[in-house]
Amino acid sequence: MIIKILGSGCKNCQRLEDNTKQALTELSCEAKVEKVSEFSEIAKFNVMKTPGLVIDDKVVSFGKVNTVDEIKEFLK
Amino acid sequence: MFEYITNILIYDWLSLDPTHHWVKSLHFFIYDSIKISFLVVFVISLMGIFNSYFPIDKVRNFLEDKKLYGLEHLLASLLGAITPFCSCSSIPLFIGFLKGGIPLGVTLSFLITSPLVNEIALILFLSIFGVKITVIYAVAGMAVGTIVGFILGKLKLEHYLEDWVKEQLKEKIQQSVLQDSRGLKQRLPAIKEDAFDTFKRIIPYVLGGIAIGAIIHGFIPVDYFERYMAKDNLFAVPISTLVAIPMYSNASGIIPVIQSLVSKGIPIGTAMAFMMAVIGLSLPEAILLRKVMKLKLVVIYFFSVASSIICLGYIFNILI
Repeated sequence: MIIKILGSGCKNCQRLEDNTKQALTELSCEAKVEKVSEFSEIAKFNVMKTPGLVIDDKVVSFGKVNTVDEIKEFLK
Repeated sequence: MFEYITNILIYDWLSLDPTHHWVKSLHFFIYDSIKISFLVVFVISLMGIFNSYFPIDKVRNFLEDKKLYGLEHLLASLLGAITPFCSCSSIPLFIGFLKGGIPLGVTLSFLITSPLVNEIALILFLSIFGVKITVIYAVAGMAVGTIVGFILGKLKLEHYLEDWVKEQLKEKIQQSVLQDSRGLKQRLPAIKEDAFDTFKRIIPYVLGGIAIGAIIHGFIPVDYFERYMAKDNLFAVPISTLVAIPMYSNASGIIPVIQSLVSKGIPIGTAMAFMMAVIGLSLPEAILLRKVMKLKLVVIYFFSVASSIICLGYIFNILI
């Protein structure tokens, strides 16, 4: 599983990354977490608000910082 | 209320002499710090809630459908003014608009107005200058966005977008839309954290701006600027605008400075031109825009926004 965090590097993207890692640890799930901060890369996912959360090339959330519980739901 | 607290603190508890320059400065600093911090916290919390529910995809679809012979620029400006603005989302937003088929000129109307007319600026303006000046400011900011977007739209500048942007625009696919069904209670923790971050980010500018305002307030004689920046000095408006472009601050930092300058005799039009140039045009913004636009378009953008700010400065100085 590959998880991508879309965002130019503001506080919210950082928090989303932290929450995602936390969720992975809690589920003891192995996955690669990548940060996508180039605008040209972010644009390919067609989101208008950052941060965005992408799991295996599918946008599951954008424009908000998901909680650890929410991310666990996405991962299931 | 804020005045009362400040008076008690300075004159009763510290028993300072109100005629001293530095006491005047200190009074200004404490009064404005309390008042502005209070208002900023209030506004960013409220806007955080608004932002969380704000349907940006609906705004885009709305603009997409409208062909209104130029009026779509006014509409885009209006939406730019009410849309909560976060600079980290401005580029994805820009691409999203273009990809949705909204013309470049209309997108620019949105992009120009969004930082110029924002909730923090309006609330602070209202508390310092009253209703009339606030309305004039809001209308002026939207006028800049509408007019510049309209002109740039007519110039057909699409080929000055960066190549990767043009590449992206070839595929007109539907943007991701996800329903957010969370209730307010579930949203609040994230909104609170975000508001706290925003506060931490802007408070240095706010206190810095108030400190500069306080020094001007306490130490510069009332008619000082009138000698250099009087209404009949034709160069005052363009000079204030050009000086302001490299400066970077946000609305909450620049308004206390404007407040002091106006009270020391700087005409309101000159002061507004200065303020608009500080918050609407800046080096960080140029760097951000450069990521999606070729240098020539960034220069055209800055040049046209600066020119229209200068025109507005003159108009205000004549009218008010």
